[in-house]
Amino acid sequence: MAGTSIMETLFQRDLDDLIKGIRQQQIKESLFISKAIEEIRREIKSTDLPTKSAALRKLSYLSSLHGADMSFAAFHAVEVMSSPQFFYKKIGYHAVTQSFNDDTPVILLITNQLRKDLNSSNQFEVSLALECLSRIGNVDLARDLTPEVFTLLSSSKVFIKKKAIAVVLRVFEKYPDAVRVCFKRLVENLESSEPVILSAVVGVFCELCLKDPRSYLPLAPEFYKILVDSKNNWLLIKVLKIFAKLATLEPRLAKRVVEPICEFMRRTEAKSLLFECIRTVLSSLSEYESAVKLAVVKVREFLVDDDPNLKYLGLQALSIIAPKHLWAVLENKDFVIKSLSDGDYNIKLESLRLLMSMVSESNVAEISRVLINYALKSDPEFCNQILGSILSTCCRNLYEVIVDFDWYASLLGEMVRIPHCQKGEEIEHQIIDIAMRVKDVRPALVHVCRNLLIDPALLGNPFLHRILSAAAWVSGEYVEFSRNPFELMEALLQPRTNLLLPSIRAVYVQSVFKVLIFCVHSYLLHKENISSVNTDNLASEVPESVFARMSCENSDLATSEAPASSEQHDSFNPRNINQSFGDLSIENGGDATVSNSQASTSASLGRNSFTQESIVNLFNIVELALGPLSRSHDVEIQERARNVLGFTDLIKQEILNPVVQGEENLARAETEASRVVKLMCDAFSEELGPVSTSAQDRVPVPDGLLLKENLADLETICGDIQLPLSSSFSLSSTPLGEAVDISRTNLQSKDETEPSHESTSLLAEHRKRHGLYYLASEKSEVASNDYPPANDPMSQDKLNDDAEDLLKLTEQSLAPKKKPNQAKPRPVVLKLDGDEISVAAKKPELKDDLLSGVVQDVLLGNDGVPSSSRSNRSENLSGKSKGKEKLNTDLSLETKENVPGEKMPDHVNTSSRRSKHRSHGKERRQKGQGKDGEEKEDNGQKKKRKSNHHRGKHKAHQRADEPSNVVAQTPVIPDFLL
Amino acid sequence: MIKSVMVMNTQGKPRLAKFYDFQPVEKQQELIRSVFGVLCGRADNVSNFVEADSIFGPGTRLVYKHFATLYFVFIFDSSENELAMLDLIQVFVETLDKCFKNVCELDIVYNYSKLHTILDEIIFGGQVLETSSIEVIKAVEEISKLESASNAIALVSKSVSGWRSR
Repeated sequence: MAGTSIMETLFQRDLDDLIKGIRQQQIKESLFISKAIEEIRREIKSTDLPTKSAALRKLSYLSSLHGADMSFAAFHAVEVMSSPQFFYKKIGYHAVTQSFNDDTPVILLITNQLRKDLNSSNQFEVSLALECLSRIGNVDLARDLTPEVFTLLSSSKVFIKKKAIAVVLRVFEKYPDAVRVCFKRLVENLESSEPVILSAVVGVFCELCLKDPRSYLPLAPEFYKILVDSKNNWLLIKVLKIFAKLATLEPRLAKRVVEPICEFMRRTEAKSLLFECIRTVLSSLSEYESAVKLAVVKVREFLVDDDPNLKYLGLQALSIIAPKHLWAVLENKDFVIKSLSDGDYNIKLESLRLLMSMVSESNVAEISRVLINYALKSDPEFCNQILGSILSTCCRNLYEVIVDFDWYASLLGEMVRIPHCQKGEEIEHQIIDIAMRVKDVRPALVHVCRNLLIDPALLGNPFLHRILSAAAWVSGEYVEFSRNPFELMEALLQPRTNLLLPSIRAVYVQSVFKVLIFCVHSYLLHKENISSVNTDNLASEVPESVFARMSCENSDLATSEAPASSEQHDSFNPRNINQSFGDLSIENGGDATVSNSQASTSASLGRNSFTQESIVNLFNIVELALGPLSRSHDVEIQERARNVLGFTDLIKQEILNPVVQGEENLARAETEASRVVKLMCDAFSEELGPVSTSAQDRVPVPDGLLLKENLADLETICGDIQLPLSSSFSLSSTPLGEAVDISRTNLQSKDETEPSHESTSLLAEHRKRHGLYYLASEKSEVASNDYPPANDPMSQDKLNDDAEDLLKLTEQSLAPKKKPNQAKPRPVVLKLDGDEISVAAKKPELKDDLLSGVVQDVLLGNDGVPSSSRSNRSENLSGKSKGKEKLNTDLSLETKENVPGEKMPDHVNTSSRRSKHRSHGKERRQKGQGKDGEEKEDNGQKKKRKSNHHRGKHKAHQRADEPSNVVAQTPVIPDFLL
Repeated sequence: MIKSVMVMNTQGKPRLAKFYDFQPVEKQQELIRSVFGVLCGRADNVSNFVEADSIFGPGTRLVYKHFATLYFVFIFDSSENELAMLDLIQVFVETLDKCFKNVCELDIVYNYSKLHTILDEIIFGGQVLETSSIEVIKAVEEISKLESASNAIALVSKSVSGWRSR
């Protein structure tokens, strides 16, 4: 046995050999490592400690630097750690510290070993245990080892004491009740004469303060003393960090510290301290003008320094102060702009941010101009960073800084033309967003979009395709503002559009449809005017009934395309249902805008020459370009292209043929065609407004509607729906000609076609039965669509009254918001309720709350303090902790009046919470119990001594606060500071 | 609070990696890689600060220093001062220099344990406890002495017992 172990020891590779092996790289590194780990797995099981520890050491190395898993060695690490020899112990501790976490099961086994080592007489063993606790300490370890840590806090060895102080941070974090035991000793060390100890304890308080500054306000005098007395820059930095937090809570404290801080700024040589002073002043003492001015002078020094670090920090300091004192940034504007071309990416980024913080209504154009110029010159990454920040700044709070939207539209157009631009998504979104929100910008925007669309070069850049999609949509949707629709049509149909993604191409085709209809409609109106046909006749026919027919026509078109193959016919049928369903909604919602669009179209009519020839030409272009697309493999493109072609087929005949006929015939035939065109035109001029995302949420959930219930029974319902659908399929299998005939005749009658009528009623019936599985309304989907739907599918939901509510709500939410006091009239920007980002009040974590509660409890002194302050405290506590303590508070209030100097209430207050933990620990700590008690008493006495210092002042202060102390809960700061 | 200390060479090979918040090993490797990814793209005459929000989460900052073939990287949160951290890197490197007499990458490669011992004396659980390299060296030397003493005892006693049992 021993012999084998010697062999093992002699021939085992130690860490150095391992490292050499990896470096020689005779075989591939990963292979070498996996071999080494195999070896380690074998060696680590050895009963021989040197072998085991050497293996563990290698494993720690491989785990840390090469990512090897060492969880399998957890138990071996515990074994090695418990060796009495320091060399092995250290290896064990290193492995444990590095690899253990809360999920490691054997972490339960190390408590006793840690306790033993914490009590060791060898300070380096203690140090190992402390380090371990500070890294992996969990709730159990922190609770069980609190007494040992407490003892070490008063160690005579500085080497131990500083580490004991530092470990307190972890202990408090994991086990807040340790505060009751250790806090006083911690605070005492604030008066230590040993700089290392002071630095450690201030470091701990700095960390604690960052999490919850309010609890540490009462310690302000101690910190102040350090601030004034200390010469150690490291320490001063930490104290400044603490004051930066405390000063924002207590204005009187701010007043007190501002002078010493300014003094530091004037005389210190250390840049680190100087920067910390600047940061403190700018972030927390910004009301003190003289201090801010001094700080800004110092920032300026940083900015002009050659050291890029100082330059960078100077810019950062400016961005801290920017929200409150913009003048400081504006003063250094030249420098900030210059930094945009700095060689350091960080500095560039920081100056970009600063520049964006300067943006206001008056200078947005100027700054954007500068930035666009820089973007043209920059590398792709920074270029896009610039574009991104311009876009995000400009759209902030619904384009708050933008007054001149025409300018902004042209800016967007310009961005697209920057070679490196990759911000397709944002620009796409903003183009559509401002088109919908800002009515006045539409003419300018359409012009910008036209310029983008007619440029074939842009089609070659895939990053810009999404922008082009937006441009195509805007051009189609607001075609009435277009100066030359024919040119637009050519742009939309140019051959290079085949470079686009199918989804975007579909948008193009849809826009073609819209432009086409606009042109034909304008042409017809034009003609009517010339031949002075009485439009009253026509207008009177527009209402309701015609809408239904119009969409019948539409569905008809789809079917008339169908003869190509019977397969397709089947696939079209469900769509028929959809369309006839959709038209119902149009009937309802469409009326409002009819007259509106008529006015606008006739206005733009004068400018364009819609001659017979040009229209014929238009038809030819469309047919030529879309013909191939009708056989596209993409459903969206195919369907839309077919819709357009079907439309052209239908209208072309009626428009072109009458030319040879007589005057009367012409009038009659064209009324037919124009009616169809008019209907389509009306359908497209229905405006798509932005809809609040929360619109649907605001519809009250009807009684008995269980939204969260399991949908298991959906199966049966789906079974239901299967049957009627198939029956409608069988209907549609009637000869094609007949089907077309039926729909043709239905053009005259007001009724729906037979199949679609039946399916609608089936659907309606289904909806009636299973209404709860239907969405309340589909309106909200409209806004979220990437491209405009073929037909505005605002569903009219007969069975659900909620839809009406929803409509009303969206109408309300679309009400324009006017900005008063604007010198130059700013166009109206539509605003949605949902646009406001609701900032939910962040709830503090329970743990922190517990910790701060305990700290406040300990800090505010719990003995001999006048009753007023105690009632204040106990109320704080009850407010913070659970309801069951309220009872206790009442009790404590009563007892207090009788016995002023007693400690009772405090115990009552806290014991309920504490006892839970205590009872856990008690059995395990039987030995330490007596000692514990002693310590507590000792502790109490110290507290008393401590609070004696300030008691008189406490009283005065407290009395003043008394009336409001229930809510205010301002911890006490002794008056000498104030 | 210091979140992490890394030493890596200019090829991205880690020489030391210490995380004061527990991180799974895969995550550690990933973090080391992404830090290197940021550092290797930076020229020599630029600032020593890098925003690390995207790598380590919001509010974290990264300070690094480039010596010969090595990057020394400290990652920390808002409770530390950037320039002070830069000084601390200097302290660390000076201490190494004194311990190894003109430190070079090879010293760091082969003295993995000692490197940790030194660092542990400067930073304890993420908090800076010692900024004087003299004090650090004193402690490190004592620890080394203790280590070699206990190791020697162990080896002797073991070989003796092994010899006896034969």
